[in-house]
Amino acid sequence: MEEKIRILVAKPGLDGHDRGAKVIATAFRDAGFEVIYTGLHQTPEMIVDAAIQEDVDIISVSVLSGAHMTIFPRILDLLKEKGAGEMHVIGGGIIPNEDSAKLVDMGVGAIFGPGTPTGEPIDYIRDWWSRNRSQK
Amino acid sequence: MAAGPAKAEARALAERLVNQDRRAVARAISHVENRSPIGGELLDIIYARTGDAHRIGITGPPGSGKSTLVHALIGHLRGRGERVGVLAVDPTSPFSGGAILGDRIRMPQATGDDGLFVRSMASRGSLGGVAAATYEASEVLEAAGYAWLLIETVGVGQSELEVMEIADTTVLLLVPESGDSVQAMKAGVMEAADVFVVNKYDREGGDRLVQDIENTLQFTDWERHGGWKPPVLTAIAARDEGVSAVLGAVEDHLAWLTQDETRSHRIRAEKIERRVRVLLNRALSEHVWRERHIEERLTEAIGKIAERTLSPYRWVETILQESVQRRED
Repeated sequence: MEEKIRILVAKPGLDGHDRGAKVIATAFRDAGFEVIYTGLHQTPEMIVDAAIQEDVDIISVSVLSGAHMTIFPRILDLLKEKGAGEMHVIGGGIIPNEDSAKLVDMGVGAIFGPGTPTGEPIDYIRDWWSRNRSQK
Repeated sequence: MAAGPAKAEARALAERLVNQDRRAVARAISHVENRSPIGGELLDIIYARTGDAHRIGITGPPGSGKSTLVHALIGHLRGRGERVGVLAVDPTSPFSGGAILGDRIRMPQATGDDGLFVRSMASRGSLGGVAAATYEASEVLEAAGYAWLLIETVGVGQSELEVMEIADTTVLLLVPESGDSVQAMKAGVMEAADVFVVNKYDREGGDRLVQDIENTLQFTDWERHGGWKPPVLTAIAARDEGVSAVLGAVEDHLAWLTQDETRSHRIRAEKIERRVRVLLNRALSEHVWRERHIEERLTEAIGKIAERTLSPYRWVETILQESVQRRED
């Protein structure tokens, strides 16, 4: 059986804007990925527990609220704590470039800013998958 | 991977499963879903621990409120301290092979509770309303100590009835708008259900739908189905109305299943026989498709078959003979 790329698309924070998350979820589906979409208002704890139950390869988090410097490190810490450190975290939303660089230093795979064509994260994920799937 | 290391890894995984390690449960489901050698070994190891969980199938047309009912049932069962496993199946796109699995949106309690494990599954080309590995995934959850299993199908029409092979009790949800569909459904789905629930009962046409279902059931020979006559209940799952009665009907059915030992043995034996036939057919088919260079040979044969210089029957027979004689180590 052909293995599928499983990806959790999560939307933390209190704002009610999930258009971006829905657009990216649909693009991922059309790329052949199995997308677990959890809806709005997810805390890092909820995101990590859902990712573990769903055994995803990648967690895609979109943050528009400005809380990215809290949310991403918390997710990375929780993943390590729960023995799921090999899950790959990527992000999107409104995140200044200097923060993006810091987040990548901390272990986030990549940050895709507003207006990024959906093909970019898809290519990134396929490339990451082809380099890492054998280690699962 | 050779059989040795797969077996050792499966054994380690099984041990972690029994200790209710959530990460191990999740990995194990992926293994059985991807039909990996570890998954195959694991299913063999855990089989002796399965057979006692209550498996409840939740099925119905798209939009009938399956996820919402599952959410409400989780609340009742967790309130009693029961450990609950959920398998929620959504369709895989036949065009891209991808899927959006969104059932968690309607199950906000699905995280942060060790007594609850929710897994979304894509149908991956299966047409029976569940995924090819949903049965196996339910065995994994059971081995991990989830005594109640809720299996939510994709939105069904007339013939996606596979869930009844997995479930002890199948609950069919209908909504007032689907009134006309009762006519269309009366053959297959109507006979598969052990409990009927008219959900979103407050909508117009609720009473008429109950009447339609009752009328259809009237003409079914329930003795042929062992004597259980499915109750028709009403609910508004989104407001938790009628849900405890649904759970009560499910428990009545489970009690009925076990009260007559001869009958319960017969039902179980029949299900196991069908299950083994499915597994054998699948194993045979996979064996044949592992024939060397099968894809290239197929491409080559298609040309000849199109030109009528080879018949498809001869070609299939040749492949089958070769594959039967082939030994695999």
